[in-house]
Amino acid sequence: MSDAHSRIDQAVNGSDVVLFMKGSPLFPQCGFSSRAVAILEHCGVEFASVDVLQDQEVRQGVKDYSDWPTVPQLYVKGEFVGGSDIMMEMYEAGELQELLQKKGVKAAAS
Amino acid sequence: MTQESKGPVAAEIEKRLTETLAPVHLRVINDSAQHRGHAGDDGSGESHFTVEIVARQFENLSRVDRQRAVNSALGDMMKERVHAMQIRAKAPSEIAK
Repeated sequence: MSDAHSRIDQAVNGSDVVLFMKGSPLFPQCGFSSRAVAILEHCGVEFASVDVLQDQEVRQGVKDYSDWPTVPQLYVKGEFVGGSDIMMEMYEAGELQELLQKKGVKAAAS
Repeated sequence: MTQESKGPVAAEIEKRLTETLAPVHLRVINDSAQHRGHAGDDGSGESHFTVEIVARQFENLSRVDRQRAVNSALGDMMKERVHAMQIRAKAPSEIAK
Protein backbone atom coordinates (compact mmCIF):
# COMPACT_ATOMS: atom_id res chain seq x y z
CA MET A 1 0.00 0.00 0.00
CA SER A 2 1.47 3.35 -1.00
CA ASP A 3 1.89 6.19 1.46
CA ALA A 4 -0.81 8.26 -0.19
CA HIS A 5 -3.20 5.32 -0.17
CA SER A 6 -2.69 4.72 3.54
CA ARG A 7 -3.07 8.45 4.27
CA ILE A 8 -6.37 8.41 2.37
CA ASP A 9 -7.41 5.25 4.18
CA GLN A 10 -6.70 6.86 7.52
CA ALA A 11 -8.68 9.97 6.64
CA VAL A 12 -11.63 7.97 5.26
CA ASN A 13 -11.82 5.78 8.34
CA GLY A 14 -10.89 8.48 10.82
CA SER A 15 -14.25 10.27 10.84
CA ASP A 16 -17.86 9.40 10.14
CA VAL A 17 -18.16 11.94 7.34
CA VAL A 18 -15.13 12.89 5.28
CA LEU A 19 -15.00 15.30 2.36
CA PHE A 20 -12.00 15.42 0.06
CA MET A 21 -12.07 18.88 -1.42
CA LYS A 22 -10.08 21.72 -2.89
CA GLY A 23 -9.44 24.26 -0.18
CA SER A 24 -11.03 24.30 3.26
CA PRO A 25 -14.71 24.50 4.29
CA LEU A 26 -14.12 28.15 5.18
CA PHE A 27 -12.20 28.92 1.99
CA PRO A 28 -13.17 26.44 -0.73
CA GLN A 29 -11.05 26.83 -3.85
CA CYS A 30 -13.54 25.43 -6.32
CA GLY A 31 -17.24 25.83 -6.95
CA PHE A 32 -17.98 22.13 -6.68
CA SER A 33 -16.17 21.83 -3.36
CA SER A 34 -17.99 24.89 -2.12
CA ARG A 35 -21.30 23.33 -3.05
CA ALA A 36 -20.40 20.07 -1.32
CA VAL A 37 -19.56 21.95 1.89
CA ALA A 38 -22.83 23.89 1.71
CA ILE A 39 -24.81 20.66 1.35
CA LEU A 40 -23.15 19.06 4.38
CA GLU A 41 -23.71 22.22 6.40
CA HIS A 42 -27.38 22.17 5.41
CA CYS A 43 -27.56 18.56 6.57
CA GLY A 44 -26.22 19.76 9.90
CA VAL A 45 -23.60 17.06 10.35
CA GLU A 46 -20.07 17.17 11.66
CA PHE A 47 -17.54 16.39 8.95
CA ALA A 48 -13.82 16.22 8.44
CA SER A 49 -12.27 17.65 5.31
CA VAL A 50 -9.06 16.93 3.45
CA ASP A 51 -7.63 19.65 1.25
CA VAL A 52 -6.19 17.83 -1.75
CA LEU A 53 -4.40 20.98 -2.87
CA GLN A 54 -2.09 20.56 0.13
CA ASP A 55 -0.96 17.11 -0.93
CA GLN A 56 -0.27 16.24 -4.57
CA GLU A 57 -0.08 12.51 -3.82
CA VAL A 58 -3.45 12.50 -2.14
CA ARG A 59 -4.88 14.66 -4.92
CA GLN A 60 -3.96 11.99 -7.44
CA GLY A 61 -4.38 9.04 -5.09
CA VAL A 62 -7.96 9.81 -4.12
CA LYS A 63 -8.97 9.48 -7.78
CA ASP A 64 -7.64 5.94 -7.91
CA TYR A 65 -8.86 5.12 -4.42
CA SER A 66 -12.53 5.04 -5.44
CA ASP A 67 -12.07 4.93 -9.19
CA TRP A 68 -13.57 8.41 -9.34
CA PRO A 69 -11.89 11.06 -11.50
CA THR A 70 -12.86 14.21 -9.68
CA VAL A 71 -12.84 16.06 -6.37
CA PRO A 72 -14.89 16.66 -4.18
CA GLN A 73 -15.56 13.15 -2.92
CA LEU A 74 -17.76 12.29 0.02
CA TYR A 75 -17.28 9.29 2.31
CA VAL A 76 -19.70 8.26 5.03
CA LYS A 77 -18.55 5.64 7.55
CA GLY A 78 -15.77 4.58 5.23
CA GLU A 79 -18.00 4.19 2.18
CA PHE A 80 -17.72 6.27 -0.97
CA VAL A 81 -20.98 8.14 -1.61
CA GLY A 82 -20.17 10.27 -4.64
CA GLY A 83 -19.12 13.66 -5.93
CA SER A 84 -20.95 16.97 -5.76
CA ASP A 85 -23.55 16.17 -8.44
CA ILE A 86 -24.57 13.01 -6.61
CA MET A 87 -24.55 14.85 -3.28
CA MET A 88 -26.88 17.47 -4.74
CA GLU A 89 -29.24 14.92 -6.30
CA MET A 90 -29.38 12.94 -3.06
CA TYR A 91 -29.83 16.07 -0.97
CA GLU A 92 -32.70 17.28 -3.15
CA ALA A 93 -34.38 13.89 -2.92
CA GLY A 94 -33.88 13.78 0.87
CA GLU A 95 -31.74 10.67 0.45
CA LEU A 96 -28.53 12.17 1.78
CA GLN A 97 -30.15 13.23 5.03
CA GLU A 98 -31.67 9.75 5.26
CA LEU A 99 -28.31 8.07 4.68
CA LEU A 100 -26.58 10.20 7.30
CA GLN A 101 -29.31 9.47 9.79
CA LYS A 102 -29.36 5.77 9.04
CA LYS A 103 -25.61 5.58 9.53
CA GLY A 104 -25.96 7.32 12.86
CA VAL A 105 -23.85 10.33 11.97
CA LYS A 106 -23.42 12.94 14.67
CA ALA A 107 -25.04 16.33 14.28
CA ALA A 108 -22.71 19.30 14.11
CA ALA A 109 -22.20 21.26 17.30
CA SER A 110 -24.13 24.46 16.85
CA MET B 1 -19.44 30.85 -27.16
CA THR B 2 -23.05 29.84 -27.05
CA GLN B 3 -24.60 26.42 -27.14
CA GLU B 4 -25.72 27.01 -30.70
CA SER B 5 -22.20 27.30 -32.04
CA LYS B 6 -20.92 24.01 -30.79
CA GLY B 7 -17.20 23.76 -30.28
CA PRO B 8 -15.04 20.74 -31.10
CA VAL B 9 -14.86 19.59 -27.49
CA ALA B 10 -18.65 19.65 -27.04
CA ALA B 11 -19.05 17.82 -30.34
CA GLU B 12 -16.57 15.15 -29.26
CA ILE B 13 -18.34 14.71 -25.90
CA GLU B 14 -21.62 14.26 -27.74
CA LYS B 15 -20.12 11.79 -30.18
CA ARG B 16 -18.48 9.62 -27.54
CA LEU B 17 -21.56 9.51 -25.31
CA THR B 18 -23.85 8.76 -28.25
CA GLU B 19 -21.66 5.94 -29.50
CA THR B 20 -21.10 4.34 -26.11
CA LEU B 21 -24.34 4.85 -24.22
CA ALA B 22 -26.96 5.24 -26.97
CA PRO B 23 -28.84 7.87 -24.97
CA VAL B 24 -32.52 8.58 -25.55
CA HIS B 25 -31.83 12.16 -24.51
CA LEU B 26 -28.52 13.99 -24.54
CA ARG B 27 -27.73 17.61 -24.03
CA VAL B 28 -24.21 18.94 -23.72
CA ILE B 29 -24.20 22.43 -22.27
CA ASN B 30 -21.11 24.58 -22.40
CA ASP B 31 -20.88 26.52 -19.12
CA SER B 32 -17.42 27.88 -19.79
CA ALA B 33 -18.51 31.49 -20.18
CA GLN B 34 -19.68 31.48 -16.56
CA HIS B 35 -16.18 30.49 -15.50
CA ARG B 36 -14.12 32.92 -17.55
CA GLY B 37 -10.96 33.78 -15.64
CA HIS B 38 -11.61 31.13 -13.00
CA ALA B 39 -9.26 28.28 -12.24
CA GLY B 40 -9.34 25.84 -15.11
CA ASP B 41 -10.31 28.39 -17.77
CA ASP B 42 -7.74 27.61 -20.41
CA GLY B 43 -8.99 30.28 -22.80
CA SER B 44 -10.46 27.74 -25.21
CA GLY B 45 -14.01 28.59 -24.17
CA GLU B 46 -14.56 24.87 -23.74
CA SER B 47 -13.46 23.98 -20.24
CA HIS B 48 -16.67 23.61 -18.21
CA PHE B 49 -19.66 21.52 -19.25
CA THR B 50 -22.93 20.15 -17.99
CA VAL B 51 -24.18 16.91 -19.49
CA GLU B 52 -27.80 15.83 -19.26
CA ILE B 53 -28.14 12.26 -20.33
CA VAL B 54 -30.95 9.74 -20.25
CA ALA B 55 -30.03 6.19 -21.20
CA ARG B 56 -31.79 2.86 -20.91
CA GLN B 57 -28.74 1.14 -19.47
CA PHE B 58 -28.88 3.46 -16.45
CA GLU B 59 -32.09 1.76 -15.38
CA ASN B 60 -30.52 -0.55 -12.83
CA LEU B 61 -27.37 1.40 -12.10
CA SER B 62 -26.61 3.40 -8.97
CA ARG B 63 -25.82 7.09 -9.25
CA VAL B 64 -22.15 6.34 -8.81
CA ASP B 65 -22.15 3.70 -11.54
CA ARG B 66 -24.00 5.98 -13.97
CA GLN B 67 -21.38 8.66 -13.58
CA ARG B 68 -18.64 6.07 -13.91
CA ALA B 69 -20.22 4.95 -17.20
CA VAL B 70 -20.26 8.55 -18.47
CA ASN B 71 -16.69 9.19 -17.36
CA SER B 72 -15.48 5.98 -18.87
CA ALA B 73 -17.19 6.79 -22.19
CA LEU B 74 -15.40 10.13 -22.23
CA GLY B 75 -12.08 8.49 -21.42
CA ASP B 76 -9.00 10.70 -21.70
CA MET B 77 -11.07 13.81 -22.49
CA MET B 78 -11.83 14.26 -18.82
CA LYS B 79 -8.16 14.41 -18.00
CA GLU B 80 -6.89 16.34 -20.96
CA ARG B 81 -9.55 18.66 -22.30
CA VAL B 82 -12.25 19.24 -19.74
CA HIS B 83 -11.69 21.01 -16.45
CA ALA B 84 -15.09 20.46 -14.91
CA MET B 85 -18.21 18.54 -15.80
CA GLN B 86 -21.54 18.33 -14.12
CA ILE B 87 -23.38 15.14 -14.94
CA ARG B 88 -27.11 14.61 -14.66
CA ALA B 89 -27.70 10.99 -15.52
CA LYS B 90 -31.19 9.53 -15.47
CA ALA B 91 -32.97 6.42 -16.59
CA PRO B 92 -36.02 6.73 -18.89
CA SER B 93 -38.39 5.54 -16.13
CA GLU B 94 -37.35 8.47 -13.93
CA ILE B 95 -38.18 10.99 -16.64
CA ALA B 96 -41.65 9.71 -17.40
CA LYS B 97 -42.83 10.62 -13.91
